[in-house]
Amino acid sequence: MATDFIKLVEAEFSGKREAHPNFKAGDTVNVHIKIVEGTKERIQVFTGTVIQRRNPGGNGETFTVRKISNGVGVERIFPILSTSIDKIELVRSGFVRRARIFYLRGKQGKAARVKEKKKVK
Amino acid sequence: MTSVYIADGQALACTVIETGPCVVTQVKTQEIDGYEAVQLGFGDKREKNTTDPLVGHFKKAGTTPKRKVVEFKEFTDTLQLGQTLTAGEIFVEGDFVDVIGTVKGRGFQGVVKRHGFAGVGGQTHGQHNRQRHPGSIGACSFPSRVFKGIRMGGRMGGNRVKIQNLRVLRVIAEQNLLVVSGSVPGAKNSFVVIEK
Repeated sequence: MATDFIKLVEAEFSGKREAHPNFKAGDTVNVHIKIVEGTKERIQVFTGTVIQRRNPGGNGETFTVRKISNGVGVERIFPILSTSIDKIELVRSGFVRRARIFYLRGKQGKAARVKEKKKVK
Repeated sequence: MTSVYIADGQALACTVIETGPCVVTQVKTQEIDGYEAVQLGFGDKREKNTTDPLVGHFKKAGTTPKRKVVEFKEFTDTLQLGQTLTAGEIFVEGDFVDVIGTVKGRGFQGVVKRHGFAGVGGQTHGQHNRQRHPGSIGACSFPSRVFKGIRMGGRMGGNRVKIQNLRVLRVIAEQNLLVVSGSVPGAKNSFVVIEK
Protein backbone atom coordinates (compact mmCIF):
# COMPACT_ATOMS: atom_id res chain seq x y z
CA MET A 1 0.00 0.00 0.00
CA ALA A 2 2.58 2.48 1.11
CA THR A 3 4.75 2.00 -1.99
CA ASP A 4 1.71 2.42 -4.23
CA PHE A 5 1.05 5.83 -2.72
CA ILE A 6 4.66 6.88 -3.21
CA LYS A 7 4.53 5.75 -6.85
CA LEU A 8 1.38 7.83 -7.28
CA VAL A 9 3.19 10.95 -6.08
CA GLU A 10 6.26 10.15 -8.16
CA ALA A 11 4.15 9.66 -11.30
CA GLU A 12 3.90 13.44 -11.63
CA PHE A 13 7.62 13.65 -12.48
CA SER A 14 8.62 10.21 -13.71
CA GLY A 15 7.40 10.93 -17.25
CA LYS A 16 10.40 13.21 -17.61
CA ARG A 17 12.73 10.22 -17.37
CA GLU A 18 11.32 8.70 -20.58
CA ALA A 19 11.88 12.00 -22.37
CA HIS A 20 15.64 11.65 -21.83
CA PRO A 21 17.80 9.19 -23.78
CA ASN A 22 18.90 6.06 -22.00
CA PHE A 23 22.48 6.71 -20.91
CA LYS A 24 24.84 5.17 -18.40
CA ALA A 25 28.32 5.50 -16.98
CA GLY A 26 30.97 6.08 -19.67
CA ASP A 27 28.63 7.90 -22.03
CA THR A 28 29.30 11.48 -23.12
CA VAL A 29 26.27 13.75 -22.77
CA ASN A 30 25.24 17.35 -23.35
CA VAL A 31 23.10 18.55 -20.44
CA HIS A 32 21.04 21.63 -21.28
CA ILE A 33 20.36 23.53 -18.07
CA LYS A 34 17.91 26.39 -17.69
CA ILE A 35 19.51 29.31 -15.88
CA VAL A 36 17.41 32.21 -14.60
CA GLU A 37 19.16 35.58 -14.43
CA GLY A 38 16.80 38.17 -13.04
CA THR A 39 13.79 37.90 -15.32
CA LYS A 40 15.61 36.36 -18.29
CA GLU A 41 16.08 32.66 -18.80
CA ARG A 42 18.85 31.15 -20.87
CA ILE A 43 20.20 27.68 -21.62
CA GLN A 44 23.67 26.59 -20.63
CA VAL A 45 25.19 23.36 -21.91
CA PHE A 46 27.37 21.17 -19.72
CA THR A 47 29.22 18.53 -21.73
CA GLY A 48 31.12 15.68 -20.13
CA THR A 49 31.37 12.01 -19.29
CA VAL A 50 28.75 10.40 -17.07
CA ILE A 51 30.58 8.71 -14.22
CA GLN A 52 27.62 7.37 -12.26
CA ARG A 53 23.83 7.18 -11.92
CA ARG A 54 22.52 6.99 -8.38
CA ASN A 55 19.23 5.86 -6.79
CA PRO A 56 17.69 4.64 -10.06
CA GLY A 57 13.92 4.38 -10.25
CA GLY A 58 12.95 6.87 -7.57
CA ASN A 59 12.32 10.59 -7.73
CA GLY A 60 15.69 11.24 -6.15
CA GLU A 61 17.68 9.75 -9.04
CA THR A 62 20.79 11.74 -9.92
CA PHE A 63 23.70 11.42 -12.33
CA THR A 64 27.20 12.85 -12.15
CA VAL A 65 28.91 14.40 -15.19
CA ARG A 66 32.67 14.99 -15.23
CA LYS A 67 34.58 17.23 -17.60
CA ILE A 68 38.01 18.85 -17.73
CA SER A 69 37.66 22.63 -17.76
CA ASN A 70 40.89 24.64 -18.27
CA GLY A 71 42.90 21.70 -17.02
CA VAL A 72 40.80 21.34 -13.86
CA GLY A 73 38.43 18.42 -13.35
CA VAL A 74 34.83 19.61 -12.77
CA GLU A 75 31.96 17.36 -11.68
CA ARG A 76 28.29 18.31 -11.53
CA ILE A 77 25.52 16.26 -10.01
CA PHE A 78 22.10 16.62 -11.66
CA PRO A 79 18.76 15.30 -10.38
CA ILE A 80 17.55 13.53 -13.52
CA LEU A 81 13.92 14.63 -13.04
CA SER A 82 14.77 18.22 -12.15
CA THR A 83 12.63 20.81 -13.90
CA SER A 84 15.72 22.94 -14.56
CA ILE A 85 17.08 20.36 -17.03
CA ASP A 86 15.81 21.35 -20.46
CA LYS A 87 17.10 18.28 -22.29
CA ILE A 88 19.89 15.72 -22.30
CA GLU A 89 21.64 14.70 -25.52
CA LEU A 90 23.58 11.47 -25.82
CA VAL A 91 26.71 12.36 -27.83
CA ARG A 92 28.71 9.14 -27.62
CA SER A 93 28.19 5.88 -25.78
CA GLY A 94 31.30 4.54 -24.12
CA PHE A 95 32.45 1.02 -23.33
CA VAL A 96 33.19 0.59 -19.62
CA ARG A 97 33.09 -2.47 -17.42
CA ARG A 98 31.63 -0.92 -14.29
CA ALA A 99 28.64 1.21 -13.27
CA ARG A 100 30.73 3.85 -11.46
CA ILE A 101 33.88 4.91 -13.24
CA PHE A 102 35.54 6.89 -10.46
CA TYR A 103 38.93 5.70 -11.71
CA LEU A 104 38.70 8.53 -14.27
CA ARG A 105 39.39 10.97 -11.45
CA GLY A 106 42.93 9.73 -11.02
CA LYS A 107 43.76 9.85 -14.72
CA GLN A 108 44.82 12.66 -17.02
CA GLY A 109 45.00 13.30 -20.75
CA LYS A 110 45.14 10.20 -22.95
CA ALA A 111 44.72 7.85 -19.99
CA ALA A 112 41.37 9.45 -19.10
CA ARG A 113 39.71 8.45 -22.36
CA VAL A 114 36.78 6.04 -22.58
CA LYS A 115 36.61 3.56 -25.44
CA GLU A 116 33.62 3.96 -27.73
CA LYS A 117 31.03 1.24 -27.64
CA LYS A 118 30.79 -0.61 -30.95
CA LYS A 119 27.31 -0.72 -32.36
CA VAL A 120 25.91 -4.19 -32.96
CA LYS A 121 24.30 -4.54 -36.36
CA MET B 1 9.71 9.39 1.70
CA THR B 2 10.32 10.63 -1.80
CA SER B 3 11.02 14.01 -3.39
CA VAL B 4 9.17 16.53 -5.54
CA TYR B 5 10.63 19.26 -7.73
CA ILE B 6 9.63 22.91 -7.55
CA ALA B 7 9.63 25.41 -10.40
CA ASP B 8 13.30 26.39 -10.17
CA GLY B 9 14.45 22.76 -10.38
CA GLN B 10 15.11 22.25 -6.68
CA ALA B 11 14.29 18.87 -5.16
CA LEU B 12 12.33 18.90 -1.90
CA ALA B 13 12.31 15.85 0.35
CA CYS B 14 8.75 14.95 1.29
CA THR B 15 6.60 12.37 3.06
CA VAL B 16 3.35 10.87 1.77
CA ILE B 17 0.61 10.53 4.41
CA GLU B 18 -2.78 8.88 3.98
CA THR B 19 -5.21 11.17 5.77
CA GLY B 20 -8.62 9.69 5.49
CA PRO B 21 -11.44 9.17 5.14
CA CYS B 22 -11.92 10.07 8.81
CA VAL B 23 -15.30 9.58 10.47
CA VAL B 24 -16.66 11.71 13.32
CA THR B 25 -17.22 9.12 16.05
CA GLN B 26 -18.19 11.51 18.84
CA VAL B 27 -18.94 15.21 19.30
CA LYS B 28 -18.20 16.38 22.82
CA THR B 29 -20.04 19.45 24.08
CA GLN B 30 -19.73 21.85 26.98
CA GLU B 31 -23.05 20.72 28.51
CA ILE B 32 -22.43 16.97 28.55
CA ASP B 33 -18.64 16.57 28.68
CA GLY B 34 -17.50 19.89 30.13
CA TYR B 35 -15.46 20.84 27.05
CA GLU B 36 -15.78 21.10 23.28
CA ALA B 37 -14.04 18.47 21.14
CA VAL B 38 -14.44 16.25 18.12
CA GLN B 39 -13.42 12.61 18.03
CA LEU B 40 -12.29 11.21 14.69
CA GLY B 41 -11.78 7.57 13.71
CA PHE B 42 -9.50 6.28 10.96
CA GLY B 43 -8.74 2.87 9.44
CA ASP B 44 -11.09 -0.11 9.57
CA LYS B 45 -10.75 -3.07 11.88
CA ARG B 46 -12.82 -6.21 12.23
CA GLU B 47 -15.72 -6.31 14.65
CA LYS B 48 -14.37 -9.64 15.97
CA ASN B 49 -11.25 -7.83 17.21
CA THR B 50 -13.16 -4.97 18.84
CA THR B 51 -14.40 -4.94 22.41
CA ASP B 52 -18.15 -4.82 22.92
CA PRO B 53 -18.20 -1.32 24.48
CA LEU B 54 -16.28 0.04 21.49
CA VAL B 55 -18.58 -1.73 19.01
CA GLY B 56 -21.47 0.11 20.67
CA HIS B 57 -19.58 3.38 20.56
CA PHE B 58 -19.00 3.10 16.81
CA LYS B 59 -22.55 1.86 16.20
CA LYS B 60 -23.83 5.08 17.75
CA ALA B 61 -21.95 7.01 15.09
CA GLY B 62 -23.23 4.63 12.43
CA THR B 63 -19.78 3.41 11.28
CA THR B 64 -17.69 0.26 11.28
CA PRO B 65 -15.09 -0.16 14.07
CA LYS B 66 -12.05 2.09 13.57
CA ARG B 67 -8.41 1.24 14.25
CA LYS B 68 -7.31 4.66 15.49
CA VAL B 69 -9.43 7.16 17.40
CA VAL B 70 -8.14 10.64 18.19
CA GLU B 71 -9.77 13.65 19.83
CA PHE B 72 -9.30 17.19 18.49
CA LYS B 73 -10.07 20.28 20.53
CA GLU B 74 -10.65 23.70 18.95
CA PHE B 75 -12.14 22.30 15.76
CA THR B 76 -13.44 25.31 13.88
CA ASP B 77 -16.15 23.60 11.81
CA THR B 78 -19.30 22.25 13.44
CA LEU B 79 -19.51 18.57 12.62
CA GLN B 80 -22.29 15.99 12.77
CA LEU B 81 -21.95 12.52 14.26
CA GLY B 82 -21.05 10.02 11.52
CA GLN B 83 -19.88 12.69 9.09
CA THR B 84 -16.95 11.74 6.85
CA LEU B 85 -13.95 14.04 6.43
CA THR B 86 -11.57 13.87 3.48
CA ALA B 87 -8.18 15.43 2.82
CA GLY B 88 -9.48 17.76 0.12
CA GLU B 89 -11.99 19.39 2.49
CA ILE B 90 -9.47 20.30 5.16
CA PHE B 91 -6.05 20.80 3.60
CA VAL B 92 -4.99 23.16 0.82
CA GLU B 93 -1.64 23.23 -0.96
CA GLY B 94 0.68 25.68 0.77
CA ASP B 95 -0.75 25.16 4.26
CA PHE B 96 1.57 24.68 7.19
CA VAL B 97 0.75 21.69 9.41
CA ASP B 98 2.15 20.13 12.59
CA VAL B 99 2.64 16.37 12.62
CA ILE B 100 2.61 14.41 15.88
CA GLY B 101 3.88 10.85 16.06
CA THR B 102 5.87 8.32 18.05
CA VAL B 103 9.58 8.23 17.22
CA LYS B 104 11.18 4.91 16.24
CA GLY B 105 12.73 3.22 19.28
CA ARG B 106 16.53 3.43 19.29
CA GLY B 107 17.24 1.18 22.28
CA PHE B 108 20.03 1.93 24.74
CA GLN B 109 22.19 4.67 23.26
CA GLY B 110 25.26 6.49 24.48
CA VAL B 111 25.58 10.22 25.16
CA VAL B 112 26.98 11.09 21.73
CA LYS B 113 23.88 9.91 19.87
CA ARG B 114 21.37 10.59 22.64
CA HIS B 115 22.42 14.06 23.79
CA GLY B 116 24.74 15.25 21.04
CA PHE B 117 27.90 15.16 23.18
CA ALA B 118 31.07 15.62 21.15
CA GLY B 119 32.91 12.63 22.62
CA VAL B 120 36.45 12.88 23.82
CA GLY B 121 37.66 14.61 20.67
CA GLY B 122 40.88 12.75 19.95
CA GLN B 123 42.24 9.28 19.52
CA THR B 124 45.81 9.93 20.60
CA HIS B 125 47.42 11.17 23.84
CA GLY B 126 46.41 8.04 25.72
CA GLN B 127 42.75 7.95 24.70
CA HIS B 128 42.54 4.35 23.63
CA ASN B 129 39.12 3.21 24.88
CA ARG B 130 36.94 6.28 25.51
CA GLN B 131 36.23 8.06 22.22
CA ARG B 132 32.46 8.33 22.80
CA HIS B 133 32.42 8.67 26.59
CA PRO B 134 30.65 11.49 28.49
CA GLY B 135 33.71 12.74 30.42
CA SER B 136 33.24 14.16 33.92
CA ILE B 137 29.82 13.89 35.55
CA GLY B 138 30.60 16.17 38.49
CA ALA B 139 33.08 17.21 41.17
CA CYS B 140 34.70 14.99 43.84
CA SER B 141 34.45 15.23 47.66
CA PHE B 142 32.07 18.14 47.39
CA PRO B 143 29.22 17.40 46.72
CA SER B 144 30.18 13.67 46.90
CA ARG B 145 27.24 12.77 44.69
CA VAL B 146 26.02 13.11 41.14
CA PHE B 147 23.42 15.83 40.61
CA LYS B 148 20.01 14.78 39.40
CA GLY B 149 19.32 15.32 35.72
CA ILE B 150 22.92 14.80 34.51
CA ARG B 151 22.61 13.62 30.92
CA MET B 152 23.80 10.05 30.46
CA GLY B 153 23.28 7.07 28.19
CA GLY B 154 19.94 5.26 28.23
CA ARG B 155 16.82 4.37 26.32
CA MET B 156 16.29 6.62 23.32
CA GLY B 157 13.32 7.08 21.02
CA GLY B 158 9.80 5.77 21.42
CA ASN B 159 8.60 9.17 22.67
CA ARG B 160 5.87 11.38 21.27
CA VAL B 161 7.16 14.26 19.17
CA LYS B 162 5.51 17.14 17.34
CA ILE B 163 7.20 18.40 14.17
CA GLN B 164 6.04 21.93 13.49
CA ASN B 165 5.44 23.91 10.30
CA LEU B 166 5.67 21.29 7.59
CA ARG B 167 4.49 22.70 4.28
CA VAL B 168 1.76 20.87 2.39
CA LEU B 169 3.22 20.33 -1.09
CA ARG B 170 0.41 18.31 -2.68
CA VAL B 171 -3.12 17.25 -1.83
CA ILE B 172 -4.31 14.23 -3.78
CA ALA B 173 -8.03 14.23 -3.02
CA GLU B 174 -9.04 10.91 -4.65
CA GLN B 175 -6.76 8.81 -2.43
CA ASN B 176 -6.86 11.24 0.54
CA LEU B 177 -3.11 11.68 0.31
CA LEU B 178 -1.14 14.54 1.76
CA VAL B 179 2.44 15.25 0.71
CA VAL B 180 4.31 17.29 3.33
CA SER B 181 7.83 18.61 3.13
CA GLY B 182 10.49 16.93 5.25
CA SER B 183 10.24 13.88 7.45
CA VAL B 184 7.70 12.90 10.09
CA PRO B 185 8.25 10.85 13.27
CA GLY B 186 7.65 7.11 13.27
CA ALA B 187 8.12 4.05 11.11
CA LYS B 188 6.45 3.35 7.78
CA ASN B 189 2.71 2.67 8.08
CA SER B 190 2.57 4.07 11.62
CA PHE B 191 -0.12 6.50 12.74
CA VAL B 192 0.43 10.24 13.00
CA VAL B 193 -1.82 13.13 14.03
CA ILE B 194 -1.88 16.16 11.73
CA GLU B 195 -2.83 19.55 13.16
CA LYS B 196 -3.48 22.58 11.04
